[in-house]
Amino acid sequence: MAYSEKVLSHYETPRNVGSLDKNAKNVGTGIVGAPECGDVMKLQIQVDDSGKIVDAKFKTFGCGSAIASSSLATEWIKGRTLDEAMAIKNTEIVQELSLPPVKIHCSVLAEDAIKSAIHDYQEKNGLDHDHADASEHTKA
Amino acid sequence: MALKLPIYMDHNATTPMDPRVLEAMLPYFTEKFGNSASRNHEFGWEAEDGVKLARKQVGGLIGADPKEIIWTSGSTESNNLAIKGVADMYKDKGRHIITAIHEHKATLDPCKRLAKMGYDVTWLEPAADGIVTAKQVAEAIREDTILVTIMWANNELGTINELPAIGKVCKEKGVLLHTDATQAVGKIPVDVNAAGVDLLSGSAHKIYGPKGAGFLYVRRRKPRVRLTPIIDGGGHERGMRSGTLNVTGIVGLGKACELCRLEMDEETARLSKLRDKLDQGILSQLEHAVINGKADQRLPQTTNISFPYVEGESMMMAIKEIAVSSGSACTSASLEPSYVLKALGLGDEIAHSSIRFGLGRFTTEEEVDFTIDKVVTAVKKLLELSPLYEMVLEGIDINAIEWGAH
Repeated sequence: MAYSEKVLSHYETPRNVGSLDKNAKNVGTGIVGAPECGDVMKLQIQVDDSGKIVDAKFKTFGCGSAIASSSLATEWIKGRTLDEAMAIKNTEIVQELSLPPVKIHCSVLAEDAIKSAIHDYQEKNGLDHDHADASEHTKA
Repeated sequence: MALKLPIYMDHNATTPMDPRVLEAMLPYFTEKFGNSASRNHEFGWEAEDGVKLARKQVGGLIGADPKEIIWTSGSTESNNLAIKGVADMYKDKGRHIITAIHEHKATLDPCKRLAKMGYDVTWLEPAADGIVTAKQVAEAIREDTILVTIMWANNELGTINELPAIGKVCKEKGVLLHTDATQAVGKIPVDVNAAGVDLLSGSAHKIYGPKGAGFLYVRRRKPRVRLTPIIDGGGHERGMRSGTLNVTGIVGLGKACELCRLEMDEETARLSKLRDKLDQGILSQLEHAVINGKADQRLPQTTNISFPYVEGESMMMAIKEIAVSSGSACTSASLEPSYVLKALGLGDEIAHSSIRFGLGRFTTEEEVDFTIDKVVTAVKKLLELSPLYEMVLEGIDINAIEWGAH
């Protein structure tokens, strides 16, 4: 198991670990994965009035690559608009962290977590969103 | 003394060779290199003497006659020979075999192959404590049962099955009993007669001997067990396993068994104390940690602990200075967590985060202390990171959630 330096860095000192108030209207929560598969990610965003993500937090049950993927995701989405965050692709995470093929699912999960958090925020605030996409995600 | 890292805590996987074993083996590579089957010259006799001594040493450890030891390449071969050999030899008597779902793959797979060939296999399921009981075996035995194969001690849990009792049941019903004793031999007292065992598999590399050497005990009297060989050839090993003997490996296996016999009491006392210290050190500091398998019916140097809400591979990463084995899916080819832990009825979130610690002959107290510290620190850190733990603290039942597939 050889991890890239970036994975190790995120694993050793994960960024943005924690929780936001899931009941707050300006917070979107995404929980994806399943304990059975050995990966569960919770990613939360706090959005300001202009639609910009001002804070992001995560907690992840999963391997080092899963922790690194979600840690990186929170880093990337902070300061972005919802649309910009929505556009993040798992392949960018794979590239940034040099994930091997067996760990690509971790990046997919991180992308799903971002989208799921955004959908939750949009739903709470009565905004448009692609419903079919959100239905794939786990709701706690 | 400074601790040398990494620390090896995976002695159920394999063990380092004892230098005394190596010393016994060395002459057989160079000076005494003969083929033990060469009956007509000094070189062959020398090698044969080495093999003879090893037979006595192995027999001495398990209470068997030296003639009842069949050399193999290791326990996987021994299990295959025992299970397939009995199945074929006694097929006219019956075609029913009894085993358990949390046996080693080297037992499960031969049984599955036999099932495909038309044999009927009963798969016993342990209770949550991991133990296969004599009662279960007794209830499963039928008219047409020809073999019961139940391991002495489980490789992942260290749990010890009801062995003398299972042997007694099999004797009463006249059914042959094979036991994969790979983990038990050399660690706890094993006596084939007291336990009523007819066939027993063992391996050198689990007991500070070399890899590639093992044995199958095959009872010669009351009853005389017969086997159809898997490997045909020169008729070595009473015709049950042909092929030039691995003399160096066999000499090493013999010496390893002798050392285990002489030092078992002392070693068991020392290692069970260290193992208990490890258990208590971890359990007393981590409220959710649990021992898997019946805690007071285990090998003295093994413990398997689950750390709920923490994932196994990240756990291994956090304690990378310590070589252990995990029941996590990520460490194996499949996505499934350990089938042994699942057999105990553990939830996935628990089976995914279990670690087997295997102490050994050269494990020191300093290493155990270091391990306790590392594990406790790692788990505390990962619990902070765990969304599952957060849910539990919030009073959410994570088993009641419908998780998405991914």
